[in-house]
Amino acid sequence: MTAAIEFRGVSRVFGDVRAVDDVSFSVEAGEFFAMLGPSGSGKTTCLRLVAGFDLPGSGQVLLDGADVSAVPPFERNVNTVFQDYALFPHMTVLENVAYGPRVRGVSSPERSRRAREMLELVQLASQAERRPAQLSGGQRQRVALARALINQPRVLLLDEPLGALDLKLREEMQIELKSLQRRLGITFVYVTHDQGEALSMADRVAVFNQGRIEQLAAPRELYARPETAFVARFVGSANVANAELATKIAGSAAQPFAIRAENIAVLSESAPLAAGSVTAPGAVVAVQFHGAASRWQVKLDAGEVWSALVTEEDARALSGFAVGTRVRLAWPHAAAVPLSSASSGS
Amino acid sequence: MRAASTFFYRRPYWYLALLLLPPLLWFGTVYLGSLFALLWQSFYRIDDFTAQIVREPTLETYKQLVTQPANVDIVVRTLVMALAVTAACAVIALPIATYMARYARGRVKALFYVGVMLPMWTSYLVKVYAWRLLLAKEGIIAWVFAKLGLMGVLDSILAAPGIGGPSLSSSYLGMFLVFVYMWLPFMILPMAAALERVPGSLIQASADLGARPSQTFRNVVLPLAVPGIAAGSVFTFSLTLGDFIIPSVVGAPGYFIGMMVYVQQGTAGNVPLAAAFSVVPIVLIFVYLSIAKRFGAFDAL
Repeated sequence: MTAAIEFRGVSRVFGDVRAVDDVSFSVEAGEFFAMLGPSGSGKTTCLRLVAGFDLPGSGQVLLDGADVSAVPPFERNVNTVFQDYALFPHMTVLENVAYGPRVRGVSSPERSRRAREMLELVQLASQAERRPAQLSGGQRQRVALARALINQPRVLLLDEPLGALDLKLREEMQIELKSLQRRLGITFVYVTHDQGEALSMADRVAVFNQGRIEQLAAPRELYARPETAFVARFVGSANVANAELATKIAGSAAQPFAIRAENIAVLSESAPLAAGSVTAPGAVVAVQFHGAASRWQVKLDAGEVWSALVTEEDARALSGFAVGTRVRLAWPHAAAVPLSSASSGS
Repeated sequence: MRAASTFFYRRPYWYLALLLLPPLLWFGTVYLGSLFALLWQSFYRIDDFTAQIVREPTLETYKQLVTQPANVDIVVRTLVMALAVTAACAVIALPIATYMARYARGRVKALFYVGVMLPMWTSYLVKVYAWRLLLAKEGIIAWVFAKLGLMGVLDSILAAPGIGGPSLSSSYLGMFLVFVYMWLPFMILPMAAALERVPGSLIQASADLGARPSQTFRNVVLPLAVPGIAAGSVFTFSLTLGDFIIPSVVGAPGYFIGMMVYVQQGTAGNVPLAAAFSVVPIVLIFVYLSIAKRFGAFDAL
């Protein structure tokens, strides 16, 4: 089976910035594929290369096995939900949704019928005659979705589609988008800088950094076994020990590794240790209460500030600990994830 | 000082009033006041025998304006010229404004803006008289036609009824060219400003949904540029309606509204008729705006 999207050694250079730097990957048909990374990491440029708004400087972009590297957007069977929704302000909601069929020469009654169907799908049928300016952010988002889906694209591109919504609405839309994707069976390519969004929705996630893919894996894999310091920090908010720090902690030459905050216990200097534990001494810098758990920031004697997630239950043993209190961080040796690269990431 | 600051901070309306009063007084009395005084004159009439102004409200002057064929000719001639100039300006300005707003970047863009505005920084009279020389029988335009062996073409254009004349500088065609040249910046600038406000993502969205560039231009760019075109056309339309210098320096001998106002309130001493003529552009622009509004020119504002 041919991949829905394939990048073969694609680069895109703006001036002296390598926005996309020799990237290769493929997306299977029907997959929910997330491109995750901080701003300027190249994820949006990759999306624009799929849509056709931008053309690769070198390498090839393939859609369904056909090289589209030089094909303009209006000849690609791909549609986009824009970050700012890009709804046409001078058209009604219905006219916006019917725009795709309209420019493809579909008759007026037929395209209205199809547009109404799409508005049913996103539960906005009652707003058909309104202007985009009269809708809420969440409603605009749905119109943008209906407008992009009406052409029955092979691939739907979503560029930070939930970025402008508030938290509650964002969570609702995540669930809705995921179920829509399952129902329609369309390939979704989802660009985001929010690792929670990427992990909760995607089948696979490509983590972008400085124009390259750092790691491409399923969410669980990405979270449990980050390959680089950047992925460990960006995806899991993990503590990273580079080769130097790892060596100090182990007392002998050691590989760089990552350890997630929830795997670290905060102990008093005299508390007993479980077998197979690794420890690092330090002093408390700050404690942030998050409800079910607190995040303890501890400055290691070896230099870095690490954080540990302490449940309320465990926190009872730490009552009376204040900023400046000497503590030990301890974690099971097996919880440390070895990293292939010693780079400090971003 | 501090007490005064506190006073105005607590009473923002006082602050606003103090700020606005002088310009409002100026604008209200000097500007609008004199305009209404002039308009009021149009309801007086001139006594045909004594040539004195009769200061009693009457519609006699307006009757004279709309019934005398010579006066109606002047209004129609000016209106046709204004519409032609506006249409030509819009057609010429659209590609230039599109390029300036959507494609040009950095220095090229600055160069275009300066290029469009530069002619406005020189004296209007210098430009009009320069055009008279360019359009003259022995002028550079006729010379170029002659050098290219196209004198016959120019002659046949000038032989056309209505727009022609003995030379470009004494034809309505020549006047039209000067008007278009003069008012083009007033069309380009608001149009470019409107086009600049069209977000790039709308154009991408249109292409994304399958629209060819020509469809995107027709369905998205043009409707969103219409308020700018409307604003620009109000400038070109009203400037042509009111101008009296260009028709008196370049073109055929027929009168235009502006010239008529100038002549009637000056040498002829018929202030009521001059006032009535100056009401005509105001009415025409109101009509123009309401038609533009009917066609949805301001919907995207």
